[in-house]
Parts: sequence; structure tokens; C-alpha cells
Amino acid sequence: MPEQLLQQIVNGLLIGFMYSLIAIGLTLIWGVMNIVNFAHGEFLMIGMFTSFWLFTMYGLDPLFSIPICFLLLFLMGMFIYRFIVSKVMKGPMLAQLVVTFGIGIFLSNLAVYLWTPDFRLIPPTILQGTWEFGELNLSIPKTVASIGSIITSLCLFLFLRKSKTGKAILATEMDREAALLMGINTERINSLSFGIGAALVGVAGAFLSTYYYIYPQVGGLFGLIAFSIVALGGFGSIEGAFIAGILVGLAQTLGGFFFDPAYKYAIVFMIYLITIWIRPQGLLGW
Amino acid sequence: MKAKSWITICLSMSLLLMFSAPVLAQGVIKIGGVYPLSGNIASTGLDCKRGVDLAVDIINGKYGKDLDLPMAKTGGLPNLGGAKLEVVYADTKGEPKNGMSETERLITQEKVVAIIGAYQSSVTKTASQATERLKVPYVCSDSSSPTLTERNFKYFFRVSPHDAIFARDWFQFLKDVEKKTGKKIATVAILYENTEFGSNVGKYARKYAEEFGYKVVADISYAANATDVTSEVGNLIKSKPDVLMHASYITDAILFTKTFKEMGFAPKGILTMAGYIEPGYLPAVKADGSNIIVRSTFALDLGKKKPLVTKVSQLFKKKYGIDMSENAARSFMAPFVLADAFNRAKSTNSEAVVKALLETNIPGSQVIYPWKGIKFDPQSHQNIYAQGGLVQVQNQQYVTVWPFASAAKDVVWPFPGWKGRK
Repeated sequence: MPEQLLQQIVNGLLIGFMYSLIAIGLTLIWGVMNIVNFAHGEFLMIGMFTSFWLFTMYGLDPLFSIPICFLLLFLMGMFIYRFIVSKVMKGPMLAQLVVTFGIGIFLSNLAVYLWTPDFRLIPPTILQGTWEFGELNLSIPKTVASIGSIITSLCLFLFLRKSKTGKAILATEMDREAALLMGINTERINSLSFGIGAALVGVAGAFLSTYYYIYPQVGGLFGLIAFSIVALGGFGSIEGAFIAGILVGLAQTLGGFFFDPAYKYAIVFMIYLITIWIRPQGLLGW
Repeated sequence: MKAKSWITICLSMSLLLMFSAPVLAQGVIKIGGVYPLSGNIASTGLDCKRGVDLAVDIINGKYGKDLDLPMAKTGGLPNLGGAKLEVVYADTKGEPKNGMSETERLITQEKVVAIIGAYQSSVTKTASQATERLKVPYVCSDSSSPTLTERNFKYFFRVSPHDAIFARDWFQFLKDVEKKTGKKIATVAILYENTEFGSNVGKYARKYAEEFGYKVVADISYAANATDVTSEVGNLIKSKPDVLMHASYITDAILFTKTFKEMGFAPKGILTMAGYIEPGYLPAVKADGSNIIVRSTFALDLGKKKPLVTKVSQLFKKKYGIDMSENAARSFMAPFVLADAFNRAKSTNSEAVVKALLETNIPGSQVIYPWKGIKFDPQSHQNIYAQGGLVQVQNQQYVTVWPFASAAKDVVWPFPGWKGRK
């Protein structure tokens, strides 16, 4: 029984780190632009398919396709921002809400059209198998993905705090008008943040593809969970999203283990509701 | 003046009549096919559609006269002037609400005269409420929730067996295995997805466990679109069951298989339904699917005893380039049942078709499953001859292992575990 408990905590952490990585991209876009990227789950799907096709066509291990996923999704994010989102930003609130939603539906249906709705798994590659410590089973791909998530989040954190561009992003996030007055090109910051947000979820997709099945609708629930993580952590707060992701992962596995697994998502969303009730700005929001 | 207006009236009346019965005028009978063609289980919906399309081609005489299936010899419906069948598809996206609205649209706008399909029981349930209200026959051969035929609907008929039959098969199989191996099986764990299909399997599995004398040590429901199922598997490991019984769709089947392996959950047997036999499952999990046992009404190896199965599955392979799966095979039969009923009714009028459906008596030689035939119960409209069987994944193929009498190969029992698989 204690072993199973430890196992569940470990499993919760492993899925939690993954959630964190998916959510920080979303919270960045949200924080800087105040728009909800409903296509975030579909960006994840594109990242997973990129990694899948690189493996299938060129035999490239998902681990090495991470930089390519990063770059591709970065460019895709910038492109989508420049040619679609920025146009709508000037329009009414509702148009902003609907546009990313439409992009999401378009992407997932495009994936059905191009790649059929079949399920794909990348066969075990460099990362495979489980480490066994007594009763504890530690999935190697999940562990590596978690370490990757921590490193990526740390890189983003340092980039935002140390580099000039990063500081400009943070400034825009805090006060757009003031940033504009200080000579920051907020339009450029917008497209950059959209690109980075997409690139981060692309990295998450590449890691996820090492152990999760891939199909056009895979982004659905991951996207939904990412929204609640962002709200739980505080809108636009990178650290908040990171911590909230881990919390959600733990709540999900431990809640499912101690109560009925049928209620595990209910427990996650209940924690979210309670937090929002007590602290509407989220854990680390301002 | 008067004569002229009479002529106008007559002309417009005849025009009206022509438009109100366009279906027969063109020699084409339109039926509606409601399937999840996009969304979570689109791959399954497309697979069902393949079965239906092949069936319609056969009915319309595309593949000649040597197939012993209803209408295959005549090509079209002889009693309706050789009318051809046409399927108008609608996409449910796997949602019950779309099942109802799309069915209504097909009937009121596309003017279809009957409905087939839906695959997911929850969707079939709402879709059949629409047909019942609009008084249009619905022949279902791919949804398996028992409640569908417990409602005693007038216009709803089911060709395939339902989950109560399948759940009972699981336990009958356990009894037979005990007899065969001489080793006792005491406990079972029941795991099921939480919509119409899964929760009903759960209900019947609990009922039969008690009837057959097995102890249920874990009873776990979950959401089929879950992103992670480690807590479910943790609970299963904790309860240490002899046998796992799992009712799932495809995404969860893949996820659970991976998680079982990862966490080392290996009971003596894994008995499953639905998701584990879909064409997407084995290509996704490869060797990890080996030795899992799935309920089935169809397997390619049935052809050894029934040449019709081989003929049909060869046509299927030629048309689509893949093997005919359980889903395609189940959906395959509904168009034949309808064509046969239209033909005997000599009409597509709902009441006449329902009457003809009730008189359906298709012999076992004309179905591609190991059944005595198709004949509907006058009350519930469930096919009284429908029965199931079990197949096991061996060498990346589904082979019939139970009932032992019609088994193509011996069952691998107990489950050999996960070690040594790639």
C-alpha cells in the first residue's frame, strides 16, 4: 500500500510536469495579449504530429526533433498572429474570442483531412521501458519528458527575467500603455509572445509524443486542463502555471486513487473552483 | 377559362405528387447513415462506413451473382422495379445531441426512408428517439447497449448482440476455462468507460458475477477521453484481481494497455470489449496487444467454416486495402436487412416496412457471423439469433478462441505478463 501511494505521487508529478509545460505557453499568450488561445490544444497536436512525421519519414528520434518542433511552431505562431489574430485584435471582444476557436477547429479538421483520424504511436525509441525500484515503476519516457519540462520552464523564466526582450515581454504583460510609452514595440512583442507560446507547446508535443498516442483530436482535454491550470496559477503568471500544473497532476492521480477514479477530473475542477472562490486572481496572479 | 384553371390544378397536383415521391420515381431508395465521421472516434466511424458502402455495392449488384446475400443475385430490389439503395451520411462527431439533430435533418430534409448506424450506444439512443417520433424505421447493427432494445420502440430494430449477452459470455468463458485448466478463478475487476455503453456493461458484469459466483474486487468507471489513467491502474493493482474485464472505446484502450505495461499490471486474463478490436488498436500498441481477449461477432478465421465470410472479406480487402474488422462487419449487415424488408414490403412506407421487418427471416447461410440467422423479437425487436464469441490477439491477429467448439486456435491462458515484449 505505501508503495502504491508513492507510485501514485510519482505518477502525479510526471503528468503534472507535462501539464505545466503545456500551460506556460498558454499563460504567456494570455498574459501579454489578454486573449484566450483556444487553439492551444491543436498547437500541441501539431507538435506531436511534427515529431511523429519526422520519426516516420526520416527516422529522427523524438528527442532530437524537439528543436525542430520549437522552431516550426514558433514560426506558425508568429504567422497566425501576424495574419489572423492581429487583424482581429482591433475588432470587438467577441471576434477575438471566436478567432482562435476557429483556428483550432480548422487545424484539427485539417489534420483529419491530411493524416486521417487514425491513432498513431511512435514505437519505443531511445527512450523506452521502465526503471524499477522495488515496487516503484518509473516510466523512462515520462521521466525524461518531466525533466525536459523543468528545463524548458527554467529557460523561459531566465529568458523573461534576464534578456532585454524578455523584460520587454514582462513589461507589456504588466502595462501595455506604459510599455508603449517607454518605446517598446508592443506589436512586435505580441507576435513574439504568440510565437514563443506556440513553440513551448510544440516542445510539449514532442515530449508527449514519446509516450502518448497521436491523433487529430488529442488536444481537446489537454487544452481544457491547460485553461484551468492557467486560471488556477493566475492569469499570465509563468511560475503560477508551473506550480498549478503539478498540483493538478497530483490532485488527479491521488484524488483518483483515494476516492473513486470516476471523480478524478471532478476533483481537479473542484480545487480550481475553490481556489477561484477564495483567490479570484489565482495562486500567483496579481 | 374554367377548363384552363382545371388543367393548371391538375398539372400542379401531378407536379406535387412527383415531388412528394421522388425517391421511387428515380429508382433510388435513400437511407440515412448516422456515424461519428469526425471527432474522437472518427476512425471507428469511417470503418463502419466502409462496411456499409460495401454492403450497398453488393445490394446494387456491383459484385455479381455468386454471393449468397440478400439482393446480391438480383442487383437492386426486384419488387420495387430494381430500385437501387443509396446511403446519405451524416456526421455525429460522436455526440448524442448531434445524433438526434442529424437524424432529424436526414429525415426531414434529405427525405431518407430509414436510418442505420450511430455505433456509439449513447448516440443511437438519441437518434432512435428522433426516428420514433418521426415514425421512420431504424435498423441498428453496431450499437450494443442492452437498454436500446429494452425500450420496446416500434420503429427500432437491432441485428447485433447486445452487451448483456457479451458480459454473460465473459463469465461463461471463465467457467469453461476453469473446467479446462482445472484451476480456480475467484475474483474479477470490472473497468468501464462512463457513458451509456460502458456503464451498462458494468451493470451486467456485476449482475452476472453474482450469478456465476465470482467476487468483484474492483469496480472502476472512468472518462473515455482521460489524459492519464495511472490512478485507475493503481486501484486495479491494489485490488489484485484474478481477471480484468474492461469495456472501452479505442483511445482509452490504447492508453490503458500502455499503462498496464508501464505499471506492471498482469492478471491471469484480460477480457475486453469494443476498443480493443478496432482496426486502430493493434497498429498503435503492436506487441503490447498480444494475448488480450476481446468479445466479437466476427473474425476472419470464421471463413474456414463459412466460405461466404472469406468471399466478403476478400471483396473488402480489394476495395479498401485493409482487412475487414469487427466494426465494418457489424455495420455491413444493416443495409441487407433493410433492403430485404423494402423488397418484401414492396414499398418504402414506414408502416409497411416495420411490418416486413417483423417478418424478417434471413437464414444463417446469408449472414457473415456464426448465427442461425436474423429474426426479430416481436416485442423488443432484438435479433433473437444474435450471439457473441471471443477472439484473442495472437501473432498480431484476432483469432477465435471461444466457444471452444468453434475455436480456430487454443486460448493462451493465463496471461503471460509484460516482460520480454518490445
